[in-house]
Amino acid sequence: MRTPSWIRRHLAAVRALLVLTVVLGVAYPLAVWGVAQVPGLRSQARGSLVSADGRTAGSSLVGQSFTDRSGAAITKYFQSRPSMAGDGYDPTATGASNLGPESIVDTLPDPRLVAAGKTDEKARTSLLTTVCTRSKAVGALEGVDGSRPFCTRDSGVGAVLAVFGDRDRRGRVPHPTRVISVNEQDGVVKAPFVAEYDGVRVELAKYGEDYSKGLVVPVRGDAPGRPAVPADAVTASGSGLDPHISPAYAEIQVRRVAEARHADVAAIRRLVDRYTSGRDLGFLGEPRVNVLDLNLALDRRYPVR
Amino acid sequence: MSTTVAGALFAASLVVAIAAVYRPLGDHMYRVYAGTRHRRVEKALYRLVGVRPDAEQTWGVYARSVLAFSVVSVLFLYLLQRVQNHLVLSLGFKPVASDQAWNTAVSFVTNTNWQSYSGETTMGHLVQMAGLAVQNFVSAAVGMAVAIALVRGFARKRTDQLGNFWVDLVRGVLRILLPIAFVGALVLIAGGLIQNFGSGHDVTTLAGRAQHLTGGPVASQEVIKELGTNGGGFYNANSAHPFENAATWTNWFEIFLILCIPFSLCRTFGRMVGQNRQGYAIVSVMATLAVVSLVLTNVFQLMHHGTVPVAAGASMEGVETRFGVSDSATFASATTLTSTGAVDSFHDSYTSLGGMMTMFNMMLGEVAPGGTGSGLYGMLVLAVITVFVAGLMVGRTPEYLGKKIGAREMKFASLYFLTTPMLVLFATGLALALDAGRAGMLNGGAHGLSEVLYAFTSASNNNGSAFAGLSANTVFYNTATALCMAFGRFVPIVLVLALAGSLARQGGTPESDGTLPTHRPQFVGLVAGVTLVLVALTFLPALALGPLAEGIH
Repeated sequence: MRTPSWIRRHLAAVRALLVLTVVLGVAYPLAVWGVAQVPGLRSQARGSLVSADGRTAGSSLVGQSFTDRSGAAITKYFQSRPSMAGDGYDPTATGASNLGPESIVDTLPDPRLVAAGKTDEKARTSLLTTVCTRSKAVGALEGVDGSRPFCTRDSGVGAVLAVFGDRDRRGRVPHPTRVISVNEQDGVVKAPFVAEYDGVRVELAKYGEDYSKGLVVPVRGDAPGRPAVPADAVTASGSGLDPHISPAYAEIQVRRVAEARHADVAAIRRLVDRYTSGRDLGFLGEPRVNVLDLNLALDRRYPVR
Repeated sequence: MSTTVAGALFAASLVVAIAAVYRPLGDHMYRVYAGTRHRRVEKALYRLVGVRPDAEQTWGVYARSVLAFSVVSVLFLYLLQRVQNHLVLSLGFKPVASDQAWNTAVSFVTNTNWQSYSGETTMGHLVQMAGLAVQNFVSAAVGMAVAIALVRGFARKRTDQLGNFWVDLVRGVLRILLPIAFVGALVLIAGGLIQNFGSGHDVTTLAGRAQHLTGGPVASQEVIKELGTNGGGFYNANSAHPFENAATWTNWFEIFLILCIPFSLCRTFGRMVGQNRQGYAIVSVMATLAVVSLVLTNVFQLMHHGTVPVAAGASMEGVETRFGVSDSATFASATTLTSTGAVDSFHDSYTSLGGMMTMFNMMLGEVAPGGTGSGLYGMLVLAVITVFVAGLMVGRTPEYLGKKIGAREMKFASLYFLTTPMLVLFATGLALALDAGRAGMLNGGAHGLSEVLYAFTSASNNNGSAFAGLSANTVFYNTATALCMAFGRFVPIVLVLALAGSLARQGGTPESDGTLPTHRPQFVGLVAGVTLVLVALTFLPALALGPLAEGIH
C-alpha cells in the first residue's frame, strides 16, 4: 500500500526542515564564529571589551551610567544620554520610552502615597515633562540655561493647559470658563507658570480630578528655539545603550569635569576632541563622542585622588 | 556638512549601490531558478528529503508543498521554544509561554518577525540560531519561490507545471541567501557585531555598578534578518542595539542588505519573461514609490513638528546618536517599504507624520520593493489590476505579458488585494472595541489608536515592526496578531499560485496595436497611481483618526 501523498508531503517537509536546520542553524553560525577567530575580527566577535587597571570595564560599544547609587551625576565623568534600558544602560532590558510626540499630559501621583514615601503605580509622566525635567537638571548641573520651548521655567514640567468652556465650530474655546495647568500639581508647585489665560485665572492641577474634557493647549513660552542643553541630553535613545553623546553635549560638560579633576579646561577639551568622531566618510551618521572611551582616558591622564 | 546634506548623500549612495547590484544579482538569481543542473550537495539533500527534483508541480501541489513546509515549521519552532530549558545553550531561560511561543512561531515562519518577546531575557542561543534564524532563511526562500512560480506562470504557455517547490526552496537558500549571508556576517563582525556562544560578561562599570554584557551568535543572525527582509532582532532593541548595528556604516550596510534582493528580483523577472524592459518598468514603479516615501519621511523627521520634538529640539527620542535623525528615517523607510520590520530607531516616538509614513509604507502592501519575493508578486498583482483598469478605460480585453486577464485572473487579483485591508481594518476595529485590545495602549488619544492600527498593519502585511509602546505580550494580542500574520501570509500565497496556474495554462496572445505597452513610463505612472489610489481609498479613514488627527493642527 502506498502512503497517501499528503503524508509523504509532510514527511518531506519534516526532513527538509531538519536538514536545513543542521545546515543553517548549526553549521552556518559555527562557521561564521570559526572565521571570526582571526585577528582583526576576534575582539569584535567577543564584544569589543575594554579594560581599566587590568580588569574588564565594559564594552566600548555599550554605554554606561556615570551616576552614583542615588542617581546623581558623578561630576568627574562625562555623562551619557538618558536611558530607558532597565535602571539605565542595562543590556538585559534594552529598549526605548516609546512615548509619542504628543505625550504631553501627566497622570499625577496620589499625594498621600508620595507623602508616605511610596510610588504611585498609576502615575505616568508624559514625555514632555520628562524632557523638561531632564533639561532643567542638566542646566543646573552644567551651569547653563536649562529652559526649553513648551517647558515651565520654574517647575520644569510640560507647560500644558486644559481649557474649559464652550467650543466654537473649529474646536477652539473662545471664552474659557476655567483653565488648569495640568502638569503642575497643587501642593508640589506653588504657583502656575502663567497667572492668567484669556482673562481667566490659571489653577494648579489637583490629584484625582478629570481634566480630559478640557482643550489641551501646550504653551510655547519664551525659551530660545535652540536651547543651551542639546537634544540628545534630554531624550532617551532607542536601545537604551547608546555609547555616544553629541559634541555639543560634551562641550557643556567640559567645565564641570575640569573642575572636578582640577584640570585645565583647554586640556579636557583637547581630550574630548580626540574622542570625537566626525561622520564616517564625511556623510555616514552624525558626529559623536564615545563617553566610556573618553572617561577611561580621563581616569588615565587626570586621575582624581 | 549639514545633517540634511549628509542624510541626502546617505540615501543617494544607497540608490547607487542598489542600482549597481541590480543586474549582477538579478542575473545570478535568474540562473539559479532557471538552471536545470543540480549541484552534488543539492542532489544529496534531495535524496535525504525524499523528493524527485526533476518532477515539476501543478499550482495546487506547489501550494500544498508551501503550506506543508510552513505548518511543519510552525510546529517545530513552537516545540523548540517550549522545551528550550532542556536543551543546550538555553542560558537558563524558562520555556516560552504557550501563547507567546505560538505567536513567535507564526511570526517567524510568515517572514513577519513581530516580536512580542524581549530577546535578551526570553530566547536561549539555540532557539535563536536553530529556530529563529533558520526561519529567517527559509521563510525568505519561500517568498522568493512563490514569486518565481508566478513569473513562470507569465513566462510559460499551455502547461500546468510551475516548477518544483523543494528545488526552488533549496536553491534559494544555498545559492542566494547563504553565500551572501556568510560574507555579510563577517563584514558586520568587522563593524563590531558579536559572534560567540557565551552567556556574556559581568563587568563592573567605571561608576562601580554591575553590568551584564550579553553574548550570542548575533552577526550570523543579523545579516539574514536584513537580507531575508525578516526583521526579528536578537535583542528587544533590535537594530538600535550596538551589538546588532554597531557603526554608522553597518547601518548603511544593513539597509543595503534589506533592499538588494527585493529590487534585483525585478531583473530576474525581466530575464524570465524574456524582456528586460518589463523588469525595468516594475523596478521603476517600486523605486518611484520608495524614493518619494523616503524623502517625505526624512522631511517630516528633520522638520520635527509636534510638541515634544519642538521641545527637545530634534526628533531624537528613540534615536541613536551615531545614526542621527536622517539615517534613522531612511532605515525606517527601508524596513517598512519591505517586509523587514527591523528598526534602528523607535517609530512610536517619531513625529506624527513621520510615524504615519512608516505605516503608509506597509499599507501600500509592501510592494516598493516589498519583501524577498512577496514584494515582486505583490507588485505583479498590482500590475494585473492596472492593466484591467486600463482595459476598462479603452474598452479592450486587458493583457499583460501576452496573457489575457480574464474574470478568473481578476478574481484572484482582487481577492489578493482585499485580504490584508480586511485583516487590518477588522482586527483594529475589534481590538478597539474590546477592553483587552484597548488595555495594551501605552499612549493615550489618537496616538493610542495609531499603536493598535500599526500593530495589525504590521502583522497582516508581515512586516513585524511596531509602535512598540503597545503591550503586545498578552493572550489577546499574541493570538490576534498571529492569526493576522498567518492569514496575511498564506491566503495571498495561495491566490498568487492559483493566478500563476491560471496564467500558465493560457497560450500567448500576440501583441497588437491595441495592446497597452507595459514597459513605458505611462504604464509605470499608471501602476504607481493605481497603487496609491487603492491604498488611499482603503486606509485614509483609519489614518485620519490616528496619525493625521495627531499631526495636523
